[in-house]
Amino acid sequence: MTVELSHYLILAAVLFSISMAGIVINRKNIIVLLMSIELMLLAVNLNFIAFSHYLNDLAGQVFVFFILTVAAAEAAIGLAILVVLFRNKRSINVEDISEMKG
Amino acid sequence: MESIYLAIPLASLLGAVLAGFFGKQIGRAGSHWVTILGVGTSFVLSLLVLKDVAIDDAPIYNQALYTWMVSDGIRFEVGFLIDSLTALMMVVVTGVSLMVHIYTIGYMHDDPGYQRFFSYISLFTFSMLMLVMSNNFLQLFFGWEAVGLVSYLLIGFWFTRDTAIYANLKAFLVNRVGDFGFLLGIAVVLMYTGSLDYYEVFDRADRMLFATTQVIPGVDWTVITLACILLFVGAMGKSAQVPLHVWLPDSMEGPTPISALIHAATMVTAGIFMVARMSPLFELSETALSVVIVIGATTAFFMGLIGIVQNDIKRVVAYSTLSQLGYMTVALGASAYSAAIFHLMTHAFFKALLFLAAGSVIIAMHHEQDIRKMGGLKKYMPITYWVSLIGSLALIGFPGFAGYFSKDAIIIATKNATVPGAGYAYAMVLMGVFVTAFYSFRMFFLVFHGEERMDKHTKEHLHETAPVVTFPLIMLAIPSVIIGWLTIETVLFGGYFDSAIFILNEHGAMAAVADAFHGPLNFVLHALYPGPAYLAFAGVGAAWYIYLKKPSIAEQAKAKFGFIYNLLDNKYYFDRFNEIVFASASRGIGNVLWRLGDALMIDGLVVNGSARLVGWVSGIVRHVQTGYLNHYAFAMITGLILLLGWAVLG
Repeated sequence: MTVELSHYLILAAVLFSISMAGIVINRKNIIVLLMSIELMLLAVNLNFIAFSHYLNDLAGQVFVFFILTVAAAEAAIGLAILVVLFRNKRSINVEDISEMKG
Repeated sequence: MESIYLAIPLASLLGAVLAGFFGKQIGRAGSHWVTILGVGTSFVLSLLVLKDVAIDDAPIYNQALYTWMVSDGIRFEVGFLIDSLTALMMVVVTGVSLMVHIYTIGYMHDDPGYQRFFSYISLFTFSMLMLVMSNNFLQLFFGWEAVGLVSYLLIGFWFTRDTAIYANLKAFLVNRVGDFGFLLGIAVVLMYTGSLDYYEVFDRADRMLFATTQVIPGVDWTVITLACILLFVGAMGKSAQVPLHVWLPDSMEGPTPISALIHAATMVTAGIFMVARMSPLFELSETALSVVIVIGATTAFFMGLIGIVQNDIKRVVAYSTLSQLGYMTVALGASAYSAAIFHLMTHAFFKALLFLAAGSVIIAMHHEQDIRKMGGLKKYMPITYWVSLIGSLALIGFPGFAGYFSKDAIIIATKNATVPGAGYAYAMVLMGVFVTAFYSFRMFFLVFHGEERMDKHTKEHLHETAPVVTFPLIMLAIPSVIIGWLTIETVLFGGYFDSAIFILNEHGAMAAVADAFHGPLNFVLHALYPGPAYLAFAGVGAAWYIYLKKPSIAEQAKAKFGFIYNLLDNKYYFDRFNEIVFASASRGIGNVLWRLGDALMIDGLVVNGSARLVGWVSGIVRHVQTGYLNHYAFAMITGLILLLGWAVLG
């Protein structure tokens, strides 16, 4: 059995759905949220690389590098915010952080 | 000449600005000097213009100096029209104003608002000059409102007195009624002729003559009648004709110099001037002339009657002003415009004189204005006595004095007038002569003759007023005697106004006066024939007998004719009527509008209502904002899926 484009795409969609579920279902831990977002980005990257390979276009892979960089920066900032948040609230429970409630 | 024309109003304006904004810096003497110099310059230049127009026969100057804006082909301009009528008015306005400026130095000597007062009267002179020099309706309206504003400011000059504040509010409101008509009149003129320029409007007057409109449904009016009557409503407000006269007697709350300048000599004659200026329009409407003559005649006689029962020295003079304005209006209605302007001129001098003399008496009496507490002032104030006598003789039309010429011309013209209502007017002006003489000399005798009724303290301090007060009196007394004699031939019969005033041939009142005129001396001798002069003598005689010989008659008459006395004392209940009908009705309407329109609709529904609606909607919508991250994320993703679905499927 050869690995085809659709396999990659299905894998990426599964990864994306898992991360989406992680965001929506998760009510406890903000770190899990951040991880879910990273996973989402990885799913997107996977799509890029798969298309890039099958369409013989390197631009897609170049794009992945950019996304990885941004994702790293975002994770760093996100964790930094998280640390500050924990210092103030003594909690990283998602349900505790609802001060903007209308 | 153009720069001279421009300099005339601007010199007064400059004086007003300097005294008004820099009064503190230039001090009291400084501010009277700048304003007197400004008005003096205006006066000298006006004389120059008069000489140019009257003696050198300069052509009519009609130029726009500045175009403010052009809208749909209608030009809004500042411009001057200098002809015989304008030149005469300019000299009268600046001349009387100059005398009043000088007089004010003495009258307002101790007043803390000295600089402000000088600034206002100079500003008034500027406004009045802009009004009379205008060559278009817009500038006329500007001057009209500006003099109204200054009048308002000056009536309320002593703004800590309640009565002054009520009086200036009343003057403002009543004038607003007149101005509303005036503005509508200008609007009608503009609508049918498409121009604001006098000459263009006069050229196109036939467009209004042959057009009809319906004010009351089913009744056709020619537009010219409508326009003229509306313009005349404006004149009724400004020139205090019945029933819009109620503000003028109350305006006496202001300082005496402005009563002389604004509420007797110049501003109140603006309406007369305006109608004379619009003679090419008024001539075309018999109905409008008829309205004018009836209103004028009513004012002339019935306002004079009130003067008989007044006890405040200034109010007597104020009612005589009303009555004399009525005479001028009668002359306008009789198509004797030149006689009206002639009376305006002579009246400006002798009425300013009478007011300033009354002011002189008031100074001497320590601001006591009740003539019942005066008497016998002749020996204390000889100059004031003699000038008052001259002023009163001029006012009653004693043969030879200024008022005789103008008033007799009006009476003869009214006799020969043909418009409906002329007969009524003739009867009124004739009886008015007697009434004028009676109240004038009643006041004169009560103030200057008879027993001395003032208290002891006042009596000890009685003396003639300072030269700065008496000088203007003398300067005004001279024209009050001679100006009629000198100018009647030129002004009325010499074709002086031919270029400024238009009279239809069939309105022959003025021509009839000219036929009867054979030189001023003959005109004076004419008084020997049975006529109005005898009525004047009878009035003086009656006043002398009743108030000097047998003062008991006055008391008996008061008791016997209590009804008439009450009617006059309450000024025909005009004030009461206005209070009950107009004031309370407008208060009622205001109340309803306030409760329904303002409180309920605007405040309740629109302002607070929209705020409440926003609050209510956001109260519902805010529940979307849960504060939980996963809800937001879920919303984002749902949105994303919907968008994707739309992009892929749609």
